Amino acid sequence: MLPQILPKDKVAEFVGFLQAENQVVAPMAKGQDFAFQEVATAEDIDRIRLDYPVTILPPKKYLLPTYEKLLEFSGRAPAGATPTITAEPTVIFGVHPYDMHGLQTTDAALSQEPADAAYLARREVTRVIGLNINAGYVDEHQFMADMNTLEPPAEGWDLFMTDLGDRYYVETGSDAGQEMVKHSGVFTPATPAEHKARQEFDAEKAANYAKRLPYNSRYMPDLLDASYDSLLWDAVSRRCFSCGACTNVCPTCYCFDVQDKLGLDATSGTRERMWDSCQLKGFAEVAGGENFREHRSSRLRHRMFRKGKYVLERTGKLGCVGCGRCSRHCVAKISILEAFQQIADQAEVGA
Amino acid sequence: MKPQTATQEKPAVESPYQPRVARIVDIKNFTEKEKYFRFVFDDGQGIEYAAGQFMEVSIFGVGEAPISICSAPGKREDLEMCIREVGDVTGALHALDVGDTVGLRGPFGNGFDMDTVAGKDLLFVAGGLGLAPCRSFIQAALNEPDKFGKITVLYGAKSPQDLLYPDDLKVWAKREDCEFMMTVDRGDESWQGNTGVITTLFRKIGKVDPANTAAFIIGPPIMFKFAVLEMLAMGLRKPNIYCSLERRMKCGLGKCGHCQIRNVYVCQEGPIFSYAEVMRLREGI
Repeated sequence: MLPQILPKDKVAEFVGFLQAENQVVAPMAKGQDFAFQEVATAEDIDRIRLDYPVTILPPKKYLLPTYEKLLEFSGRAPAGATPTITAEPTVIFGVHPYDMHGLQTTDAALSQEPADAAYLARREVTRVIGLNINAGYVDEHQFMADMNTLEPPAEGWDLFMTDLGDRYYVETGSDAGQEMVKHSGVFTPATPAEHKARQEFDAEKAANYAKRLPYNSRYMPDLLDASYDSLLWDAVSRRCFSCGACTNVCPTCYCFDVQDKLGLDATSGTRERMWDSCQLKGFAEVAGGENFREHRSSRLRHRMFRKGKYVLERTGKLGCVGCGRCSRHCVAKISILEAFQQIADQAEVGA
Repeated sequence: MKPQTATQEKPAVESPYQPRVARIVDIKNFTEKEKYFRFVFDDGQGIEYAAGQFMEVSIFGVGEAPISICSAPGKREDLEMCIREVGDVTGALHALDVGDTVGLRGPFGNGFDMDTVAGKDLLFVAGGLGLAPCRSFIQAALNEPDKFGKITVLYGAKSPQDLLYPDDLKVWAKREDCEFMMTVDRGDESWQGNTGVITTLFRKIGKVDPANTAAFIIGPPIMFKFAVLEMLAMGLRKPNIYCSLERRMKCGLGKCGHCQIRNVYVCQEGPIFSYAEVMRLREGI
């Protein structure tokens, strides 16, 4: 299907159309910041902010809830333990390209055998309506141009909207996206002038986002390898609090813990999983007390290597999308961009 | 007005987190804090597993813990574990009786195909509780001794009170097709056997053909370091020295992240690694 036009004054109607069969979530103001929140009422539609720079949490929270029930049990013995999966049809409206790439990564990682049934059940009923970023999002933390996340990925999304002033230029990326266009009644085909406007948008965008790494990001895995023993990690981790804020806000982090929670009768309860972080001190501790990443520098180094190397090697998708959230929210102002810049010094020292 | 959306909270047909019901059919007290358990499955389906694999053992309301299987691998009705009481789940396990049930998920881990060392001399070095997973390899070899060359088993424990599998130790010592030696770090008044760390047994091994020997070292990291040094000194090849790297395996499915060593998930690509891989992993030991 060729690109379509959605006038801005029809967006509310389009959201209403989506709400008929889905939970719709979209970016809204949250204090000084922005967050994806449920569009439940008509007032909520007015609160949608498609001019947002970046949300606090990425949309992963809808596919990987912070707490999720895995099993219900009625006693210590295993008989009768019942598994549960919750999957609500959801449209995530207004996802920036770097977050669309983040979803590609969690999709790939959690589909690997043995696949994560709960994530995949939710992903199957989740639709992604992407939103192009404009010049307004340039800030000191992001490095999307280096990580090639300024444009949407080839797949994994249904519609992609680009702001042309009083209207959106909308591209379809899936059959579901085409169905949305066909049945909502608010789209019209784009004209040649609008195609041209889209090209001009791209040119302006490219001019606003410069590369910030002193090397092509395809060399990041090798530079990281060369820097494994570098004192850089000790230096950077010296001010780290091991608080885990970075992993919380990261679009490609998905580690979790599994714990049993007893009900008030102290017999029945649930086995749940919840977000966890390799930055927390006890993450790699085993029974008996040995901790394989006891030192902060080893934990911080592990995270950098996951983001810059291991996830890419294991899934073929980016471990870091250059969104800058971890740096933005770090209590100690540690910058992953700076760390990736500094490993360039290892090029001569290392391999 | 919030529309009616269909929230599906349904029992999944297959959740990889749901354990099978396993019943305890035998318990033996090995030491003050280690017990032997034998389990059979209530669904009558038995289990098939390889040497070095592990199960996730569930006590609902308490939690789930990864424990190595210590019985010989294959397709069988039952499986055995030797479990040390160190925390909540193992503490709850130790309080159970024959006839009680636990949840078992698995088998997990890459396991080891004994066929890959067919025809080779086998050297097993087990330290402390490492004897439990090592035993699955030892029994696999001793059940088909003609498939392999010379079989040597070295076992070291802290003291005579810490010895595991006392019946098996006697059987292995008597077998003619296996050279078995053990030692304790410190003996007591009645101890008549070897004393000293396990590496002191290396000089007592008969002639070794280093090019045709596969070694399996399972025990505390410090023991691994010194045992590997001895083996390399004997001329064994790095790809032919295997060990089991323990980590906090939680999900067993390569997803929760706790068992990561650099870019591998121990529950998927491990826990059995060759020394060549361990060297590459750096933070492995």
